[in-house]
Amino acid sequence: MADQSIPIGGSLDITPQEREPLLDRLHEWVVTVDHKRLGILYVLYALCFMLIAGAEALSMRIQLAVPNNHFLPPEIYDQFFTMHGTTMVFLVGMPILFGIANYVVPLQIGARDMAFPRLNAFSFWLTAFGGVLLYWSYIGGFGLYGMGNAPDVGWFAYAPLTTRPFSIGSSMDYWALALIVSGFGTLGTAINIIATTLSMRCRGMTLLRMPLFVWLMLVVSALTLITITPLTAAQVMLLLDRYLGAHFFDVQAGGSALLWIHFFWIFGHPEVYVLVLPVFGIASEIIPVFSRKAIFGYPAMVAASVGIAFVSLGVWAHHMFTVGMSSVSNTFFVLSTMLVGIPTGIKIFNWLATIWGGKVRFQTPMLFCIAFLFQFLIAGLTGIMLSVAPWDWQLHNSYFVIAHFHYVLVGAIVFNIFAAIYYWFPKVTGKMLSETLGKWHFWLFLIGFHLTFDTMHFVGILGMPRSIYTYEANRGWGTLNFIISVGAFIQGIAVLIFVWNVIRSLRKGKEAGNDPWDAWTLEWATPSPPPAYNFASDPVVHSRRPLWDIKHPDDPDWKYES
Amino acid sequence: MSAIPVSPGAEDWELPSRGKVAMLSLLTGETAIFTIFVVGYIFYLGRDISGPTPRQVLDIPVFNTICLLSSSVTIWLSERQIERGRIKAFAALWALTLALGIEFLIGTWLEWKKLIFVDGLTIRTNLFGTTFYSLVGLHATHVVIGAIGLTLILIFTLTGHINESHTERIQVFALYWHFVDAVWVVVFTVVYIVGR
Repeated sequence: MADQSIPIGGSLDITPQEREPLLDRLHEWVVTVDHKRLGILYVLYALCFMLIAGAEALSMRIQLAVPNNHFLPPEIYDQFFTMHGTTMVFLVGMPILFGIANYVVPLQIGARDMAFPRLNAFSFWLTAFGGVLLYWSYIGGFGLYGMGNAPDVGWFAYAPLTTRPFSIGSSMDYWALALIVSGFGTLGTAINIIATTLSMRCRGMTLLRMPLFVWLMLVVSALTLITITPLTAAQVMLLLDRYLGAHFFDVQAGGSALLWIHFFWIFGHPEVYVLVLPVFGIASEIIPVFSRKAIFGYPAMVAASVGIAFVSLGVWAHHMFTVGMSSVSNTFFVLSTMLVGIPTGIKIFNWLATIWGGKVRFQTPMLFCIAFLFQFLIAGLTGIMLSVAPWDWQLHNSYFVIAHFHYVLVGAIVFNIFAAIYYWFPKVTGKMLSETLGKWHFWLFLIGFHLTFDTMHFVGILGMPRSIYTYEANRGWGTLNFIISVGAFIQGIAVLIFVWNVIRSLRKGKEAGNDPWDAWTLEWATPSPPPAYNFASDPVVHSRRPLWDIKHPDDPDWKYES
Repeated sequence: MSAIPVSPGAEDWELPSRGKVAMLSLLTGETAIFTIFVVGYIFYLGRDISGPTPRQVLDIPVFNTICLLSSSVTIWLSERQIERGRIKAFAALWALTLALGIEFLIGTWLEWKKLIFVDGLTIRTNLFGTTFYSLVGLHATHVVIGAIGLTLILIFTLTGHINESHTERIQVFALYWHFVDAVWVVVFTVVYIVGR
């Protein structure tokens, strides 16, 4: 049944036009308001920054590979870890996930575009400008070391390091302004996704029939509204301090450095969920398709997503156990943080139950998702360890913390972003990514990941603090650091294989057809790549798996869904 | 392949207005920004080592507050007029809303002029100055943006470009104006009642 033509969607008969000159085609990409093109632009933009921030990480790993190394001078090292963190969170993580959402959400709910296509383009270009502005600081930023001084105070930019006396020149301002600008871009996209999912659904697509990826993006966008904005507010305060002589974070005049830490983590912790919830959505799309089973416990998944978003708003001070809060506050934040484990556990069990008894196809997207399940579990367990205040007092600001959050950011988020790219690349380009190269990519990345980030837990427990540019040979961290650096380079090679896979598959990849994975959501009803209008006629859906209903009219899903 | 039987619920299909959803989302984000500034204000309240203090220099802006809050009523009345297609009544009430908004801005300007030139309170004087000007200034910025929007729509109305088909868009904009008023209730309470 799978190869039968699908009655919804399809393209109108338009005779192919002649190929336009290159300049015209580029111009079309710049002025486009098509959600699919903007989605592609987001992803490409984020991948470029991923390579840049990855190069920064590799330079830091060369520096730390052996004791007393002089590969990077300390001031450059500081700039690199600041830029690596800022780039990965703001210019890679959010743009790539919002880009995938931009492409997939309207298709999955049977809409022809986002609710506000021009706002969509505006948001992308704001985000893009923010990224360029941040990196312009390498050329135009003036700081303690003269021109070309990128921000160097860590991605959380604690006061009073950011105040005028300690951060002279303009490098801090590049950081604040770039993030304000890209923050407005993110806000615009979040508003757009909420309006799209609530107001643009096709006939029959009730809220409880939406694919889980759409649900998760709705939750994430709502969370973004109240997550990005506190950071914007705090950065406005910082700029007021720096330019108009206000005293928000100016300790000399009674201002409070602690207030910045609170404001930053009121943003910073929910931000982790802004990054991780979309990849839960990705896993919830891929795991059922490759297990040949409908998702287990759909309503529980939706409820758990909303639950995680709510709980995530009340846990920020677990980043601050060492600043000396009252024991009541400490206890509150320990317990609220542990509470996150409940809805997250529900999700993990539901994914496992989906795989259980399924006819699992171990293709590249599924491999990345399975690795995600294991790694996210471990990240969650070290998270529970760190949520215990006395444990955190010991290991705060050590490499154990670095290992924990990279387990989430790389082990869960990056793995699932790769899964998403392998899964949706055929839809976007009409070509399959090579399975052979994909498997090389997966296994090398997996081995590199575990060499690096498993080992990091141990140097952390041995007492190595974060953000140091070198260490003495007698500390006993040398061998472990060397292993970490080797792992980092294996990951780097894996990413290069991935880039090569994309380039090669674009040119000589196997034709994908409309529905290469025999999937069930509406995007697979359109041609690959979908035409500008997505669906020739508005689709009507009757269940959570509209394509299943069409492929199996004898046994449609809507008979079983209440 | 036979036609799929229609399952219940697919016949009548109505979705919320995308404009209203988007505006409410934006206002949710705005609420978070104002919350941070209000928290900042309350956090630093009474922590100054040197004056002037709120009690010494702040007067309660009763007239200003009455004007801004009544502009919410006038914009609501104008929404009802355009729903019924009475463009002239709409224009009159809309202009009144704008006038009340501008009065509020003039009141703020006079208040700030007195604070700066008579009392010597600027954003760099002390923590009160820092938090006062940024919180009240953030709100005033929103009033300015609202006044620009009101002016644009008034110009469109007077040049005959607005009719009852624009009701929903007018309502979406009015949501923003109501929000600005509601925020003032919070700012007024925190700065002029609790903080004084």
